[in-house]
Amino acid sequence: MYKFLLCVRYLKTRYIALACIVSVMLGVATMIVVNSVMAGFGNEMRDRIKGILADVVVESNSLDGVEDADYHMQLIRDAAADDIEAMTATVEVYGMLSFEYAGQWITRPITLIGIDPIGKSKVGPLVDYLVNTDAFPTVDGEIDGWALNSAARTHRERWKRHREWMQQQFRADATLQGVPQNTASDSQIVDSSPSNAVPPFADTPPFADAAVSSSPQADSQTQAIAENDPFADDPFAGTGPAVATADASQPLEGRLYLGVGLVSFPYEDGQTGEVKTNMMVQPGDDVRISTVTAGRPPAPAHFYATVVDVFKSGMSEYDSSLVFCNLEHLQKVRGMIDPTTQSKAITSIQIKLKDYSRADEVVAKLKALFPPGAYSVQTWEQKQGPLLAAVEVESAILNVLLFLIIAVAGFGILAIFYMIVVEKTRDIGILKALGASSRGVMSVFLSYGLALGIVGSGVGVIVGLLFVKYINTIETVITVLTGRPVFDERIYYFPEIPTQVNPWTVCWVAFGAMAIAVLASILPARRASRLHPVEALRYE
Amino acid sequence: MNETVRMPVNHIQAIALEKSYHKGEHRVPVLCGTEISINKGEFVSIVGQSGSGKSTLLHLIGLLDSPDVGEVRLEGQRIDDLPTRVRDELRNRVFGFIFQFYHLLPELNLLENVLSPLMIRHPAWRYWTRRNEFRDMALHFIEKVGLMHRLHHKPSELSGGEMQRAAIARALVAAPEVLLADEPTGNLDAGTGEEIMELLTSLNEQEALTIIMVTHDPVIAQQAHRTVRLVEGRIELQQERSGATGHEISCA
Ligand SMILES: Nc1ncnc2c1ncn2[C@@H]1O[C@H](COP(=O)(O)OP(=O)(O)OP(=O)(O)O)[C@@H](O)[C@H]1O
Ligand SMILES: [Mg+2]
Repeated sequence: MYKFLLCVRYLKTRYIALACIVSVMLGVATMIVVNSVMAGFGNEMRDRIKGILADVVVESNSLDGVEDADYHMQLIRDAAADDIEAMTATVEVYGMLSFEYAGQWITRPITLIGIDPIGKSKVGPLVDYLVNTDAFPTVDGEIDGWALNSAARTHRERWKRHREWMQQQFRADATLQGVPQNTASDSQIVDSSPSNAVPPFADTPPFADAAVSSSPQADSQTQAIAENDPFADDPFAGTGPAVATADASQPLEGRLYLGVGLVSFPYEDGQTGEVKTNMMVQPGDDVRISTVTAGRPPAPAHFYATVVDVFKSGMSEYDSSLVFCNLEHLQKVRGMIDPTTQSKAITSIQIKLKDYSRADEVVAKLKALFPPGAYSVQTWEQKQGPLLAAVEVESAILNVLLFLIIAVAGFGILAIFYMIVVEKTRDIGILKALGASSRGVMSVFLSYGLALGIVGSGVGVIVGLLFVKYINTIETVITVLTGRPVFDERIYYFPEIPTQVNPWTVCWVAFGAMAIAVLASILPARRASRLHPVEALRYE
Repeated sequence: MNETVRMPVNHIQAIALEKSYHKGEHRVPVLCGTEISINKGEFVSIVGQSGSGKSTLLHLIGLLDSPDVGEVRLEGQRIDDLPTRVRDELRNRVFGFIFQFYHLLPELNLLENVLSPLMIRHPAWRYWTRRNEFRDMALHFIEKVGLMHRLHHKPSELSGGEMQRAAIARALVAAPEVLLADEPTGNLDAGTGEEIMELLTSLNEQEALTIIMVTHDPVIAQQAHRTVRLVEGRIELQQERSGATGHEISCA
């Protein structure tokens, strides 16, 4: 009985015990906050990594692809029909994206994926990620994922008119100066010997025209100024639909969804300090794609295509490297259509499962079906294994480090307890003189430690959970106070700090902290229990 | 060994006790061959110079410390070499200790301090169920020592005499067989001291409580059945209250 009474009295009267409680509390709260944020990040990351990927992908190991998508899909369906919800065939190939911005040609490496938008959106979210639309447009009563919406159309027409006007101006200017326009050799002379240069060319940097013609510049009329186009002497320029399209407001045959990261950059508004995104390419613009054909050996292939929309999956790896293209056009450009049989080759089949937990079995079945030499069958997790593993390793390391924090709190408790025991030496002597056993005295201090642990971790859990709940408010307040954003959207890609509270983690942390508090009090408690009553009584 | 005792049973017996403290290299002998036998229901007072080892002797008898040489016997049974747990029990149930320096627990109020031996004796649950009974017992003794108006004061808010009386109440509440009182009236005025002595005497007479009391006050010492003088760790003189015949006991 005296144990509890003394325990409570010691708790109430020792303000130094408050330090123990606070250190346990801080440790517990930090663990909970960091764990929740890590779990939130992890989840969000998983979602984003999954993002545009399908559950299971069957890929041909060669960029040439394999013939006959329907045959392969039938094989897959025969093998695992019960598990499969949807499938779509795609062509994946590497390439480059070039577009003009502010008078410069900007080129980016990309992964070009030929898709059927309807099929693709059945195996994974696509339309949700599109920046300018919520749904695919309907053309003549049919859903057409590649149709331009009205805003893109207007944009395209405006550009066409602007460009034509600029070209007329330019031609008039040039005729006035008497400069021959039509032969490459003339401009060559002009470029190589500026001393002979006639005024307009001498004053104009080579890409000056690019600034005005901007993106939709690939139709036949731009041929007039093509001398200054770095791609002008490219023999494949003609393979694009550019020349064929008479009406520039009509989109080209090649249509694209671009990752937002490829064609935008974030900047801070000078006045408001807000982070904004500047788009270098708008839907309706034309851009140039370079890739390789499916021939042996592969040859370079180029084409112009109209940007239908921009997508933002939230996963920077995808947003800054993926470009979706209409499947048939890509197959045509890459020569993947057999001229005699009209059979179209594909490189991969994306599969959505009814129940993702059965992914491993489906993969095993499909692996048996497709020999590993020519095909690879992977779940999205296997494809992104290293990234997912990195997230996990990160949170594991953080947990270890944080547990060290609690251990530090534990040593704090130990030191403070030792102090309290020393201070209480005389009381311990009295208790023993009155007949308290060593175990009794020990349990006073052990339960004292436990009480500190319970109070500390209880308050810590509450504080931690509150912190997690209001973390975004706290972040705003800190940002306002310090004038420096703690959580920069530009870096993290999330509009706010994601959190996820795992009740089990909270329990573990709380019990761990209590255990540490008890462990830390064992040593002082043992010392107390071994005190000699008379010595203790004489202690001043 | 002096066999002229009034009662046949020696309640408490100290045989050839030796105790010395170590001060660095030096051995400071405090008790050397102290012998004392106390009968059941006897009231013995111990007098002696300051530093003569009176408190040390009480500590040894009360099992707070163990002698270097010699034995302490309770009803003929040696108790100083019993296992720690049994000695803890004996301290709690058989001996009541009034310390020279009171030694109250500073975190507890007067009532709780008085109750503390009972709290130690009983497991929490049993204590809780009988708490009212215990409280009445405590109040009984607190009333006897005249501290009813200070029940909820902490020791730091009490005067020396009040603390001393609280310590007396604490020693008595556990209903001990042997009361070891180290200067129980040291801080009390003559009147209060007299009341305390009356309390002790009546307990001694009515409940046959064995009392060993250390005191410096010859008047107080006189009220005991027998007075023992301790000089440099030896019992020098034993004096019966009625008879004035003191006889010396030599140190072995
Ligand atoms: N723990 C100890 N270490 C060293 N010496 C001690 C210790 N305890 C007691 N002594 C010494 O033993 C001697 C006897 O002490 P004790 O307390 O028994 O005296 P006392 O007779 O009770 O004196 P007083 O009348 O002043 O209370 C003293 O000289 C003291 O210095
Ligand atoms: Mg003394």
